[in-house]
Amino acid sequence: MTDSASEPYDLAVVGAGPAGLAGAVAAAELGLGVVLLDASAHTGGQFYRQPAPQARAARPEALHHDWSAYAGLRRRLAESSVRHLPGHHVWSITHEAPAWSVHCLTGDDGSDEQPVRVRARAVLLATGAYERHLPFPGWTLPGVVSAGGAQAMLKSGLVLPGRRIVVAGSGPLLLAVASSLAAAGARVPALVEASGYLAYARHPRALAANPQKAAEALVHGAALLRHGVRLRSRSAVTAVHGTDRVEAVTVTRLDRTWRPVQGSGRRIACDALAVGHGLVPQIELATALGCATRTSADGTSALVLGPLQETSVRGLWAAGETGGVGGVRLALAEGELAGIAVAARLGAGRARGSRIVQLRRRRDRMRAFADAMAAAHTPGPGWRCWLADDTDVCRCEEVTAGRIREAVDDLGARDARTVKLLTRAGMGWCQGRMCGPAVACLAARDGAPEPPPERRPFAVPVPMSVLAQCADQPNTAP
Amino acid sequence: MARTPAELVGAQPDPPFEITFDGRRITAVPGQSVAAALWAAGILSWRTTRTGGRPRGAFCGIGQCFDCLVTINGDPNRRACLVAARPGDAVTTQEGHGHDRLGV
Repeated sequence: MTDSASEPYDLAVVGAGPAGLAGAVAAAELGLGVVLLDASAHTGGQFYRQPAPQARAARPEALHHDWSAYAGLRRRLAESSVRHLPGHHVWSITHEAPAWSVHCLTGDDGSDEQPVRVRARAVLLATGAYERHLPFPGWTLPGVVSAGGAQAMLKSGLVLPGRRIVVAGSGPLLLAVASSLAAAGARVPALVEASGYLAYARHPRALAANPQKAAEALVHGAALLRHGVRLRSRSAVTAVHGTDRVEAVTVTRLDRTWRPVQGSGRRIACDALAVGHGLVPQIELATALGCATRTSADGTSALVLGPLQETSVRGLWAAGETGGVGGVRLALAEGELAGIAVAARLGAGRARGSRIVQLRRRRDRMRAFADAMAAAHTPGPGWRCWLADDTDVCRCEEVTAGRIREAVDDLGARDARTVKLLTRAGMGWCQGRMCGPAVACLAARDGAPEPPPERRPFAVPVPMSVLAQCADQPNTAP
Repeated sequence: MARTPAELVGAQPDPPFEITFDGRRITAVPGQSVAAALWAAGILSWRTTRTGGRPRGAFCGIGQCFDCLVTINGDPNRRACLVAARPGDAVTTQEGHGHDRLGV
């Protein structure tokens, strides 16, 4: 286990996406000693994911919205004293007074031999989100990829999963994914959205206060028109066809509860499907430390945060999607606010009252919009009618909808944890990230589902040899 | 209008190199993940599941779902979407838990 010489740092920032970058740079510019940890080899997180430097991309901004904000942060990071540690996968955070210990695996996928422990007086969690999935017949077939995954593989690897790609699910990410795939040369025969976009109209005040969001939607909408992408709202992909890879999908109309309308299915030929139903805050590092959570408007668990981004655990801050999914501009504002707040707590720099007021106002306005959007894309209970008994719900452990229904209907399971104990759903490599929301819905039957608690004592899989090294050093064991 | 992702961003990558997938030669460009190199070669699956023996490949693309686990140079359970391809890598389809060699 390697400890760094310059420790403890004033602030460890976990995640180098928009929120983490903004927080790290703001805190360092106020005089704090900052370490910035991220699993990836590059800064930018998922939103500003980019080709490797060796790809020598002349126009990386072609796949991005708001690239200039990132370019500015990257320049300030290079000019700052922030120590950026790429390839660091944080698996746990522990508190050993007076500092926090951030435990990391290293390497592309965390499989390098040398684990690292970083110590800091404060921690800013900017760990972002992962995609929410709802299962349907055929969703495990090769060629079905997550919408965010298609976007990520395109942004960093410059590759597409097919030539004719249907984009489906729910949420604003789908617009961005469809327009990037089309701009990069894929044919996108349809964008299938389960909600009705008119649902936004129920929140006129949040919309009016955030005109840039409407402008962004117009840009995507125009791109979709130009590329001939047909928008089908209130519809879903309810089946994927093919034996070893995708050959076609069936798109079915939905009623207001997302229940398929009988006889409305239409087959669309394609060789890939990019699908997702919104985002889930990635908060297990925080829940393991006892941070309070709330259920957000979209039915996911998010961290409860104070006016200056501090979690319910003193000394632990969070910014961006961890406090509820809200997008890049909100993440930038919250990251900067948290960086300033940590500096104030640790007595660095001069108080910047006017900037704090401005950032808080901006954050509150964008949070209101995020809540409106989340409400518009919350899955309707009728999605469960998409499932056949032999549809895999848990991809890792290959647990079917039929076995989960048996656990609920015959064996009396009423929550995701009991379903897991009875069926192994959620017990595999991904620790319930892919099936968690779906299992929670199935377990709740007709009631409102409790969001999965996002409790994972290990945020990433940790080899026994690393745990053994912790045990050798009693003071650093979690 | 761009016809490929590389054209869209104006990429002029360093010279490509070869890796193998189940013995078949495929081309990768420096900095590309193993999963991206496989997708570029039209390969979408490189693992079979433990129970049903069903084919799987990259799904989430960001290291969260572990569907893209693959054997690289004899080491099983590597996430293809995270691991950078390196010249001469021997990538092989991972069957089941990937530990058949151990007899467990």
